Amino acid sequence: MTAIETQQVGKRYGRSWALRDCTLSVPAGRVVALVGPNGAGKSTLLNMAVGLTAPTAGRISVLDGAAAGSPGALDRIAFVAQDVPLYPHLSVADTLRLVASLANRWDEADARRRLAALNIPLPRKVGKLSGGQQAQVALAVALARHPELLILDEPVARLDPLARHDFMAALMASVVEDGTSVVLSSHVVAELERVCDYLIVLAAGRVQVAGDVDTLLATHHVLTGPTAEVESVTASYDVVLTQRADRQSTLLVRAAQLAPPPGWRVDPTNLEELVLSYLRVPEATALPGPTARLQSATA
Amino acid sequence: MTIDKRDSDAAIAYRLDPTSGVPTYLQIVRQVEDAVRLGYLVAGDQLPKVKDVVASLAINPNTVLKAYRELEHKGLAIGRPGQGTFVQGSVTAAPLRDLQALRRKLQRWLADAADAGLDEDSIQALFSTALRDAQTTGAVAS
Repeated sequence: MTAIETQQVGKRYGRSWALRDCTLSVPAGRVVALVGPNGAGKSTLLNMAVGLTAPTAGRISVLDGAAAGSPGALDRIAFVAQDVPLYPHLSVADTLRLVASLANRWDEADARRRLAALNIPLPRKVGKLSGGQQAQVALAVALARHPELLILDEPVARLDPLARHDFMAALMASVVEDGTSVVLSSHVVAELERVCDYLIVLAAGRVQVAGDVDTLLATHHVLTGPTAEVESVTASYDVVLTQRADRQSTLLVRAAQLAPPPGWRVDPTNLEELVLSYLRVPEATALPGPTARLQSATA
Repeated sequence: MTIDKRDSDAAIAYRLDPTSGVPTYLQIVRQVEDAVRLGYLVAGDQLPKVKDVVASLAINPNTVLKAYRELEHKGLAIGRPGQGTFVQGSVTAAPLRDLQALRRKLQRWLADAADAGLDEDSIQALFSTALRDAQTTGAVAS
């Protein structure tokens, strides 16, 4: 089961490539974090997945092979674009009426139940709601279409911590209820660390890391030891990033099982450290399937 | 954090410390263990439902499922399909006499460490390193 599948997808705007040679399989039934710096190509990828723009090169499909943007695909996908695109002059009730007339799949009672639970008044103009409430309206509208795949582009970037928490809580509850596949993008991994179980790191238009979060954390370790021995350690381990000080150095190492060199200390890593390390070393990758780097690490 | 306004009939509520460095699922495991140790949870009690936990903590449902699987693995809980996860058994602790003997040995070791000039931070660093080593070699279950 795949939520999004791309084969050598590229997107060029004018003379520059926003995304290049992107081959990716995003599993279904997961909460996927799409992370990368601003301008990495996250929005471009998501916009292509929902058919808002067409790729310049390659192929992209959703939900086990449906062509991105095809009517059959759109009925099964909900998309909340960056900056919560609602009409500020419409009331919440009119917003629901608008979606009801545009969407093929629509559960009006579900939308009203969600908004009532959040104490969002239906007669109020959307523009008069707080940022957090606007985000919740967009999420309620998206979820009331009972999508198989929900795509959210930077959903919590503009929300305060409380609104962010409430938004993610509502989203996670719907994952339990409906088993929805979710893809969320953010340039801040910490925002998604507790909600995602699959991570994709996109940098400079290409995929650098893709994998199950628990597996990524279990196969990356932090080694701390004497700088004088860094060269010999680097020769026998798959080192992603070396942070060297005069006497002591810290290495992020990729390995399924790690027997540390004598005198070196091993610590677990965390998602933020892992993402930042890869972003600092653009040529390092951690992708599904055996790679030359991984084999040399476990040898 | 009790952001969730819905009434909950669950016996306990989890709270997360994002700065502790302890993985989220492990924080849940430890809170259930502590609740059993302290008598807030007894055999037969239902653990908070996955949906209620994610709706109040805003975490991935798999994190809660992983915690509950771990508790089942430890023999502390049992999953009943379609119903939920329930407490069974109790936290296995060493007999009190063993604990007292171990504590006396540790006190003697601490006195030696102090004689050697170690302060509190050094002792803690040394202890965590030794504990990690013992876990690596399998001498102590992690």
